[in-house]
Amino acid sequence: MDWKRFSFIAFIIAILFGTVVLVGYTSEPWILIVGSMMATTIAVATPLTLGALSGVFCERSGVVNIGIEGMMLASAFFGWLGSIYMNTIFGFGAMPSLLVGVLIAILTGGLFALLHAALSITYKVDQIIGGTVINILAVGITGFLNRQLFFDKNSIFQGNVPHAPGVLPVIVIPVKQGIEWICSLTGGTEGCYVTANAFGKVFEQKPIAIFAVIFVFVANYVIFNTRWGLRMRAVGEHPKAADTVGINVIRTRYLNVVIGGFFAGLAGAYFTLESVPSFEPLMTNGRGFISLAAMIFGNWTPIGAWAASLVFGASQALQINLQFFRTSIPPEWSFFQNSYAVGQIPYILTMIILTGIIGKTSAPAADGQPYEK
Amino acid sequence: MSNSENNERWKSALKAVKDAILVPTLAIITAVIVGGLVIAVVGGDPFAAYAGLFQGAFGSVKAISETGVWATPYIFAGLAVALAFKGGLFNIGGEGQLALGATTSALVGYGLPLWLGYEPPMYIHLTLALGAGALVGFIWGAIPGALKAYTGAHEVINTIMMNYIALNVVSFLMNGPMKDHNPLNVIARTPLIAEGARIAPIFSGLRIHWGFGLALLAAFIVWWLLWKTTLGFEIRTVGANPDAAKYAGINVKKIMTLTMGLSGMLAGLAGSIEVTGLNYRHELGFSSGYGFDAIAIALLGKNHPVGVVLAAILFAAMRNGATRMQFLTQIPVDIISVIQALILLFVAADSIVRYIYRIKQSGEKVVLTRGWGG
Repeated sequence: MDWKRFSFIAFIIAILFGTVVLVGYTSEPWILIVGSMMATTIAVATPLTLGALSGVFCERSGVVNIGIEGMMLASAFFGWLGSIYMNTIFGFGAMPSLLVGVLIAILTGGLFALLHAALSITYKVDQIIGGTVINILAVGITGFLNRQLFFDKNSIFQGNVPHAPGVLPVIVIPVKQGIEWICSLTGGTEGCYVTANAFGKVFEQKPIAIFAVIFVFVANYVIFNTRWGLRMRAVGEHPKAADTVGINVIRTRYLNVVIGGFFAGLAGAYFTLESVPSFEPLMTNGRGFISLAAMIFGNWTPIGAWAASLVFGASQALQINLQFFRTSIPPEWSFFQNSYAVGQIPYILTMIILTGIIGKTSAPAADGQPYEK
Repeated sequence: MSNSENNERWKSALKAVKDAILVPTLAIITAVIVGGLVIAVVGGDPFAAYAGLFQGAFGSVKAISETGVWATPYIFAGLAVALAFKGGLFNIGGEGQLALGATTSALVGYGLPLWLGYEPPMYIHLTLALGAGALVGFIWGAIPGALKAYTGAHEVINTIMMNYIALNVVSFLMNGPMKDHNPLNVIARTPLIAEGARIAPIFSGLRIHWGFGLALLAAFIVWWLLWKTTLGFEIRTVGANPDAAKYAGINVKKIMTLTMGLSGMLAGLAGSIEVTGLNYRHELGFSSGYGFDAIAIALLGKNHPVGVVLAAILFAAMRNGATRMQFLTQIPVDIISVIQALILLFVAADSIVRYIYRIKQSGEKVVLTRGWGG
C-alpha cells in the first residue's frame, strides 16, 4: 500500500462521512454522527474484510477464487441451519447454538474451498470456471434445502421456518468509560463526554466484526513475517523455484485455499448469525465479488484490503445513516436518500478502482496458473 | 474426390462429433445420477421425480411448446456467453444485459405510441423495440469490454458489478417512472406493450412464439459470424492468443470491446424477445437466474452454436418439467439448480468424467484466467 492509495481511501471516506454530517448536523452533534458512521462502517465492512482476507490467502498462494460469494452464501445457510438444529432439535441454549453455528459456517467455507482447491489444483480446471461452479452450486444447494426443509410439510420442521436463536451479542470494549475517566480528570466539559459517547459506539461491536479486525493484523503478520507466509508467497510468485528448494507446492496451495475458505465461512456466519437471525436466498448480494475488488485495490495485502473494505463499508453506512435524517433532507435532494441511487456507490467504486486510475496493482505472478511439475 | 478420401473425411468428421458430444453426454448422465442420489438422501423417489420431470417437459403438445418458450431466452443468453468465450472473455453480465434489454423493449413497446400520438406500423414498431433492447445490451456489454481492453480491469468483476447496477436501475424504473399506473396494479411492472410491438405465436392456443425461430436464426448468424467472416476470425484469434493476434495486426482492443458488445447484444435480445414475444410487459424479477444458467449452457454446448441450442433445450426442458415434478412429488424445483451446477462441474472438470469412464484426453481447453487487471 502506497500513500496515494491510502489518501484516496481517506478522501472517499471523508466525503461519505461529510455528506451525512452535512445532512444531519442540525439535529445531532457532528461528532456523534461521525462516531455512529464509524461504528456502522466497521460493522458492515465485516463480510468484505473477511472475504478479502479469504482472497488474499488463496491468491497469494496462486489460486484465483471467484467462488467466495458462493462460499459465503453456503456458509451463511449451513451455519444458520446448524444453530437452528442445535437450538430447536437438540434443545441447546441460544449462545452455544450460535457458536456451533459459527463453527459449522467456518467448516462449510473450508469444505467448499477444498472443492475449489481440488478443481483448480488437482484437476487443473480453469479457476474462473471452478469458482463459477462453486457460486452456482451454492445457490442451488441453499435454495433447494431452504425450500425442502422449511417449506415442505413432511420435513423435520413441518413446513415452518423455525425460530432462530437470535444473533451474537454486542461486546463492549470499555473505551467510552476510559475517555469519560480522562474527562473527569481534566475537568469534564460537556464536549468531552459527547466525544466519549461518540467513540464509545465505535468500540461496541459484535464478535465477528471484532475478530475480522484482529485477523487482518494477524494475517498481515503471518504473510509477511513468518516462514508459512514466505512459503505461501513463494508458491504464488514462482512455484517452480519454490519446488526446487523443497517446498511442497500442491500442499501449500491446498492449505492456504482451505484457510481462505475458513475466512469466507466466517464472513458467511456474519450474515445469518451476527447481522440478522434469518436466511434469504441470494442474501450475500455480491459481497463476495466486492471483497475481491477490495483485495485487488489493497494490492493483495491484508491491511490494504481492509482499508478498501472500509470504503465500501462507509458507502453502505451512508445509506443506513441517511435513513435517520430523512426529515432533514430537502425535497429536491430526496433522490439522494433513495437506495437505488446511493446503493450504486459500492458497485461504481469497484469499477473505478479496477480501472487502475488510482494506481496500478500487481497480482502474484503465478496467480491463476495450475502448477505442472 | 476419390471414394476413400471421402470416407476418411467422414470418419474424421464423425470422430470430431463423437469427441464433442461424448464428454458432455457423460457429464449430464453423471450429474443426473448424483442429483438422483441427492433426491434419495432427502427422502424423495428419484425415479418418480425424473419421470415427472420428463412428463412436464415433453409429455404433451403444450408441454413441448412450453419447453420451447423456456428455450428461447436460453438460446440467446447461451450464445451471448459462448461468443464472449470464443473471444477469450467471460461475460457473467447476462443477467443485467437481459434485464436492461427487456426494460428498454418494454419502454419502446408501450411508450412509442404515447409519444408519437399514433400507433406505428407493426413491423417498424417491433423492429424498433427489439433494436432498442439490442442496442442497450450492446452498450452494457461493451463498457466492461472496453474497460478490459483499455485499462485491463477484469471483465468478470465488472460485468457482475454492472449486473447489480442494472438491476438497481431496472427496479427503480419498475417501481417509479415506468410502473403500470393502472389502479388495480400493485406489482412492479410496466404497462402492456402495444399490439404492433408483439411477436406472433407460431400456433394459436400455444404460447410458443416466433421468437424461438429468431433464436435459431441467431444461432446460425453467430456460427456464420464466427467461422465465415473476417471479424469472426479476428474474434477467435484474440480469444486463442491475444499476443499473437496483436502481432498479426489485429486491433485487439477494438475486437475485445466489440466481442463484449455483441455478447451483451445477444443477452439484451434474450430479454427483448421475452417481452415482445411472451409477457408483453416487463416485470421485476422475471429474469433471475438466466445469466448463470447461460454460462452452464455455453460450457455444456462447448461454445458452439449447435451445442448451445441443444444445451439450451435441455436446460429449458429441466426448468419447464421441474414445476410438474414438484407438483407430483413435492421435490422442490430448486433441485434443478443443483443438477445444473453438477453438469457444469462435470463439464468444466472433464478430467473427472474422463477418469470415471476411462476416456483419453483430447480437444481444446478454454483459457480464461489470465490474472486480474491492475
